[in-house]
Amino acid sequence: MSTATRIAASRSTDQPLVLGLETSCDETGVGIVRGETLLVDAIASSVDEHARFGGVVPEVASRAHLEAMVPTIERATREAGVRLSDLDAIAVTSGPGLAGALMVGVAAAKSLAVALGVPLYGVNHLASHVAVDIVEHGPLPEPTLAMLVSGGHSSLLLVPDVTDDIQSLGSTIDDAAGEAFDKVARVLGLPFPGGPHIDRMAREGDRVAIDFPRGLTTGRDMERYRFDFSFSGLKTSVARWVQAREAAGEPVPVADVAASFQEAVTDVLTRKAVLACKEHGVMNLQIGGGVAANSRLRAMAQERCDAAGITLRVPRPGLCTDNGAMVASLGAQMVIKGRAPSDLALPADSSMPVTLVQA
Amino acid sequence: MSRVVLAIDTSTSVSVAVSAGADWAMGWSDDPRGHTESVAPLMRDQLASAGVSAADVTDVVVGNGPGPFTGLRVGIVSGLVFAHARGIPVHGMCSLDVLAQQALEHVREGEFLVATDARRKEVYWARYRVDPDRPEQDRAVRLTDPAVVRPADLPEEVRSLPTAGRGPVLYPELFPEPLAVLDVSAGVLTGLALQRLDAGVDLPVEPLYLRRPDALTTAERATP
Repeated sequence: MSTATRIAASRSTDQPLVLGLETSCDETGVGIVRGETLLVDAIASSVDEHARFGGVVPEVASRAHLEAMVPTIERATREAGVRLSDLDAIAVTSGPGLAGALMVGVAAAKSLAVALGVPLYGVNHLASHVAVDIVEHGPLPEPTLAMLVSGGHSSLLLVPDVTDDIQSLGSTIDDAAGEAFDKVARVLGLPFPGGPHIDRMAREGDRVAIDFPRGLTTGRDMERYRFDFSFSGLKTSVARWVQAREAAGEPVPVADVAASFQEAVTDVLTRKAVLACKEHGVMNLQIGGGVAANSRLRAMAQERCDAAGITLRVPRPGLCTDNGAMVASLGAQMVIKGRAPSDLALPADSSMPVTLVQA
Repeated sequence: MSRVVLAIDTSTSVSVAVSAGADWAMGWSDDPRGHTESVAPLMRDQLASAGVSAADVTDVVVGNGPGPFTGLRVGIVSGLVFAHARGIPVHGMCSLDVLAQQALEHVREGEFLVATDARRKEVYWARYRVDPDRPEQDRAVRLTDPAVVRPADLPEEVRSLPTAGRGPVLYPELFPEPLAVLDVSAGVLTGLALQRLDAGVDLPVEPLYLRRPDALTTAERATP
């Protein structure tokens, strides 16, 4: 956004100015929106601290959130050119996520609300992943079908109204899609987080070199788990394939394994997402979550949506991963639609169901 | 200029106090899982009871712990964010020092301990001495750095000193001289912080974790 637009946006007074806090995993996110306009998306990530552990360590994440909280809020307001006293409301991820990490953000948001005398909205992390596209591509078509794929979640959602009506069509029954990327990356000797590394390796590889299994896509599984996912078997299958190569003393074609694994994941995800759109008569698909940054997933989703006449919306990669702007965007929708604020006694809820948009 | 102080400690239970000269208010919650829920309502309610608004507050003080991490962070982040939002200074104080000051109601002289629940069969502790020559609000001198220990690993002559905090409630056979002081009072925290600030002591906010996060690096896992 140009400086001129930013100033214009922050000066307009008919749209609510909302700050959103996100601390459900390893990103401390502070976003500020004016209505449906993104002013700033400030992020402090502790991902480098987790890399040496090979995965996110909750206590490491929580400590990093505490350290990053005030500096990230300060950076957000400075870059947006707004003062905290200008805010109309605070929104915060109250779940789902890592309990200790969520609590840092929820406590910070409440304290801001008390200090500034403004209303507080505790909102669902997954709903925020859907609402972020409002500041990217404008008002959400209603209903929208949303596929959220990250290190912690893999869900297909029917979204008649992102502020109070989200229905779960299916989700993973074991590993999340992003988790499978991390685990396969480890098998291939690639660093954590695995997604970007597999994406890059896969560009050099053959997508059809190895026919890895597509979980829950055939026969009875398609009846019982129609819109659910399973990536645990795929991960095991990749590990066995690699082990067999190593046991035979043969080199592991890392690029081909990465490309074929990625193809299996994106094939299942896009096939089920498009099927869900068709069966629910929804012609709008939105993809969000960290795995939505995957280049093959974006390309395949576009191809299959084009073929089916479905309009695809995918926010830019920086808004697909966890961030504060998505929380602010959902908070602004809550204010615009006149939803009542959350109670100041609101808890952090690590297993908040996706059907509960606001706590 | 008189200070209006908001004090928050979540190292033991949750205690929040607002003092505005003669007007003050203090509230607390002992729900062990309820730190996140209770701190902000307590802040709002104590401000109202003391008859001041958030904009009137001139200083924030938080207990730095040590204490169970998740709850401790809730209090510290609440204090840091409130101070930032109001553009006022925030100070931190070792929570064991506050309990030591509270213990002076029961110990008049000599040495004593503070031992609080660190979970995992351990206590956070430090050793203190009463110094009658010091100001009344800051009369417990800490002799050892805050530490975490299995109580049975403390020498018997140390464990046998009068002990404040929940250590003696949890391990009565190991701390035979309990003092009737269990949880941190944000009111006493306020008095102690003001005393030290007036004496020119710098009081940085710094969570006292005293333990590393529970996790092995991939390198550590590879070398059993």
